[in-house]
Amino acid sequence: MSGELLIKEKNTNTYTPQQLALEISVVLTEKIASKNLTVLELIALGRQPYTNWIGNLTEKDKTVINTAISKVDLLELKHKKCYELSDGQMQRVMIARALAQDTSIILLDEPTTHLDLYHKANILKLLKSITYNTNKTIIFTTHEIELGIQLCDKMLLLNTTNNPYGSPNELIEQKHFNSLFPEDTVTFNATTATFRVKK
Amino acid sequence: MSLLLVLFFGINISLGSVSIPFSDTISSVFGGETTNNSWSYIIWNYRIPKAFTAILVGSGLALSGLLMQTLFRNPLAGPFVLGISSGASLGVALLIMGSSIFSSIAAINLVSNVSLAIISSIGSFGVLFCVIIVASRVKDTMALLIIGLMFGSITAAIVSTLSYFTNAEKLQQYVYWSFGSIGNLTWEQVTILCVICVLGVILSIISIKTLNAMLLGENYARTLGINIKKMRYLIILAAGILAGSITAFAGPIAFIGLAVPHLTRQIFNTTNHKILVPAVLIYGAILMLLCDTVAQLPSSANILPINAITSIVGAPVVIWLLVRKRKMIF
Repeated sequence: MSGELLIKEKNTNTYTPQQLALEISVVLTEKIASKNLTVLELIALGRQPYTNWIGNLTEKDKTVINTAISKVDLLELKHKKCYELSDGQMQRVMIARALAQDTSIILLDEPTTHLDLYHKANILKLLKSITYNTNKTIIFTTHEIELGIQLCDKMLLLNTTNNPYGSPNELIEQKHFNSLFPEDTVTFNATTATFRVKK
Repeated sequence: MSLLLVLFFGINISLGSVSIPFSDTISSVFGGETTNNSWSYIIWNYRIPKAFTAILVGSGLALSGLLMQTLFRNPLAGPFVLGISSGASLGVALLIMGSSIFSSIAAINLVSNVSLAIISSIGSFGVLFCVIIVASRVKDTMALLIIGLMFGSITAAIVSTLSYFTNAEKLQQYVYWSFGSIGNLTWEQVTILCVICVLGVILSIISIKTLNAMLLGENYARTLGINIKKMRYLIILAAGILAGSITAFAGPIAFIGLAVPHLTRQIFNTTNHKILVPAVLIYGAILMLLCDTVAQLPSSANILPINAITSIVGAPVVIWLLVRKRKMIF
């Protein structure tokens, strides 16, 4: 791999881990190491870039944490342990943690895997409302192209050749979805913006 | 908690091979007169240093174990996973048994408590140093764990080869060392051990924030602005100097380092290191004082090997806690 990544017109290589933590927060696919954390404790860890050497939370930190919790609707689960949560709830907790980190960019790696359709839509709608309400940039990778077409502002198709980028409508008009998968197996219907398995 | 610690400290120093009335123990500790002069001597020069050693050994090993378990995110990790105790064993084995093979003349003068402590420190830090060098080349912490275990196997193999070729007397001497002992330390040695342990505790306190972040996994910790590589060295160093120096002075004490962090997590039902670090220090000290009290078989002249007692007392407690709570909290 080559190339460079700029945040605020500055190469990310020149950022210290501490500075980068103030710009980007992430939600990864990997499971967290200790499931014995409570939801509140886990979300509070998102404040680490701001806390002092031993990690004491200030009043401001607590306010940010509580806002994050209410934004993703976790108030009732606040004191539950992580091992008691379902996959969908856990994903919301991880998103709340990223929100608590209060960065302008949030990166998510396949936030909807292992979830059923309802929870997939739920998570993606949540992400969308976050971008609109908090002015954050949210970038996520996904295999859910149909949901992406419905909910995303911009999409980058990784098709291994020209990787087209644009709004879902532009991409549909330029027929990029039609050739995304081998056409003898999956075809794309531009009017309904859905994929069909070819029988 | 602290009261419990003081209580066990009191019980520990008032019991021993020579039976001393409790009132005399108390008055001796607070500088008063005792009915028998030798009692005061026993208490001040044998029992109190031993009790302090027990506290240092227990707290230090427990903290070292907690650091390793969090760093490796593995409930089976302990202070000795990085080959620290096997390094110490190797050093001691070379001193005791190797000397008989290579030069029989120097052997008698060489083997004293002080030289044992020095050689086992050199051994543990030698192995720790190798592991740290390897650690700088591997990115994966789990690989580091395996490497530590492999170093342990290699040193264990060398030790068994040495014991095969050595005579029975030397072998017995080595086996006695491996039983562990906390009763042979002078006040000076206790002071040295204390200074080293305090250093280890300070390093651990500095790492508390990182340890908490590591509960999410290393990748998350990195995105929280933590310099993982640097902190990994710091945590290994803290665990290493704690376990290494304790093994040097007291022999390889099993079990405390593995069990106490689990006990503490179960009792407090938390993973926050701001609570766990002080809690394991106190629990480790209490458990070690308790084990030592059992080991000296009150009012009998025999002293059981401390290393056996820590496991006999500790293991059932952990099993009981796990059965009661029905699951492992990590």
